[in-house]
Amino acid sequence: MKSKIQLVFERCKKEKRPALITYTVAGDNNKKNSLKILNSLANYVDIFELGFPHNTPIADGGQIQESSHRALKSGIRLKDVFQIVKDFKRKNIFKPLILMGYYNIIFQSGEDNFLKKCKSCGVDGLIVVDLPWPENKKFANKCKKKSINFIQLLSPTTSKDRMKKIIRDAHQMIYYISMLSTTGGKLKVTPRKIIENYKKIKYLTKKNVVIGFGITNKTISHLKAADGLVVGSQLCKTITDSIKKRQNPVTKLNKLVYNLRNKIL
Amino acid sequence: MKIKKGIPLIDQHDKHYMYGGKFGGNFIPETLKKPIDELTLLFAKLRKSQNFLKARDYYFKNYVGSPTPFIKLENLTNQLGGAQIYAKVVSEANGGAHKIYNATVHCLIAKEAGKKLIVGDTGAGYAGKMLSMAAKKFGLKCKIFMGVKDIKRQRPNVESIKKNGAVIVPVTTGSQTLVDAVSECMRYWVSNCDTTHMCVGSTVGPNIFVKICAWSTAQISRELIKQVKEEFGRIPKKLKLLNCVGGGSSAMGFWNEFMDTNAELVGIEAGGPKNSKLHAAPLSNGSKIGILHGAAQYVVQNYEGQISSTSSISAGLDYPGISPLHCFLKDTKRAKYTSATDEEALNAYKLVSKLENISPSLEPSHAFAEAIRIAPRLNSSNIIIVNSCGDSLKDKDIIKSRLGQYVR
Repeated sequence: MKSKIQLVFERCKKEKRPALITYTVAGDNNKKNSLKILNSLANYVDIFELGFPHNTPIADGGQIQESSHRALKSGIRLKDVFQIVKDFKRKNIFKPLILMGYYNIIFQSGEDNFLKKCKSCGVDGLIVVDLPWPENKKFANKCKKKSINFIQLLSPTTSKDRMKKIIRDAHQMIYYISMLSTTGGKLKVTPRKIIENYKKIKYLTKKNVVIGFGITNKTISHLKAADGLVVGSQLCKTITDSIKKRQNPVTKLNKLVYNLRNKIL
Repeated sequence: MKIKKGIPLIDQHDKHYMYGGKFGGNFIPETLKKPIDELTLLFAKLRKSQNFLKARDYYFKNYVGSPTPFIKLENLTNQLGGAQIYAKVVSEANGGAHKIYNATVHCLIAKEAGKKLIVGDTGAGYAGKMLSMAAKKFGLKCKIFMGVKDIKRQRPNVESIKKNGAVIVPVTTGSQTLVDAVSECMRYWVSNCDTTHMCVGSTVGPNIFVKICAWSTAQISRELIKQVKEEFGRIPKKLKLLNCVGGGSSAMGFWNEFMDTNAELVGIEAGGPKNSKLHAAPLSNGSKIGILHGAAQYVVQNYEGQISSTSSISAGLDYPGISPLHCFLKDTKRAKYTSATDEEALNAYKLVSKLENISPSLEPSHAFAEAIRIAPRLNSSNIIIVNSCGDSLKDKDIIKSRLGQYVR
């Protein structure tokens, strides 16, 4: 049976557009709102990435750090993250949702136990920022057995040789990091260059490859050639800004993502 | 889990760079894989290069100042009336602490790698001060990441860093101490790894940084083992080597050459304020294994894996994690670990600096506290050596506010 993630990519291909993938942190700015955000964006977003927050995120820039700290401060626990997924999936059963975070949280909960919980609430995929290949082989296989996509990451520093090996072990979705940066950095290479690198990867594989890091409503339309595009920090920043201005983060995000969607149609 | 004899401790890892199958490794974002692999290869090559070793020895001798003194603390020994207490006065090294060894080696490596900018983290400010000093010496640009709380409490070192022409990047996230400085420095490296060399200030982080640091500080015990043999004619039967541990770099260096001897190795962690639970003592207070800054280690954390805040009077020990090497030494029972509170460290500082002609910083004062605790119970055939790995000058503000005055 094809996974929900695979089905989404196939549909987007038919519609000749990249899949729109958004990232928000579970519990940002609180448990209730983060579920509301997911529900309200479901019409525009093809795949959701939901962060389970960690307080020492070594690969995240300021925006996502702020969201993570806000979520933790609001008291979010891992069980709440799973509850949010469960509640979301109840209404949006076909919408793929990927959890993203750092390995220590999985390690403390126990790999098997973590995956069991993922499975029971309907998580479709996992991105573990600090568990690179080949160290992730064992865990990735466990994911596969549970029909959960383990999403491998590639970066501009990944050598071609290494890339081939990672792609061979990858499941249906691969995440290409657009540039040397933490999340939310300013795009320091041209979209043209990113697409050029991207095409080199696509030449090696038929699997779905998405691009993330540094993508905003200003740059997204130049990257349409990809199978999927991830926008994260701009969403986190929008939440931060709307809290500062005492606006409703849910409506603000809705507007932003509606815009993002239109730019890649 | 077992330590092998005759093989350097830093090399006793498996193919995933794990010690004892449990500690260390490289839990890093994909972007850092390549720079870390490159650095690993380069260091493996340099370790075997006669020219590189010659350069290291030259700078250790003529720039760091080697050997640092090994002295008997007669007055302290007499006052306590038990074991004989000695000190390896590493604070006599250029700059005033052991951090100069790691900084010098990293700058030499950066030169070899053709990198022009070197970045590093610092807690007590010594790692930052030394890196900025060495960077200046070797003509490299330098950026130091330091928590805002530490910038306030370690003013003298902050001034030195600035004087050396380095840029200080204040870190305002989280607890604003060493743990956040290391995170922020790693983030900077993720974004700039193509042009920049990173120096991790202690034996923590991804495996290669643990290795380089321990390999560098090993100079301390290379000197000490000679000095001990000169003093006693052999390695004494009842020998205890006491060292404070935060990240664990000075202790690794202090113990390295004694690994295969019968010397007892005792690490002293920061117990924090008396009766407080905010200790920085993952080894002696029963923490679980977790991942911090790219390595598996015992780490102070909550049950879900969020890293906990720690508190210690000594900024250099105020770190929730600990080197994977120390975790390995603990689980193989090669070393023992205990802790001393802020108050015990302060009292030890007071006593040692009153009786002796040395002025240890608050970090080694934790080790002196343990010496003072155990010496009276031991007879004079026992030899205790404390690594006095830092000078108190950087702590003058804290000492003044806690003890009323700071006298050297």
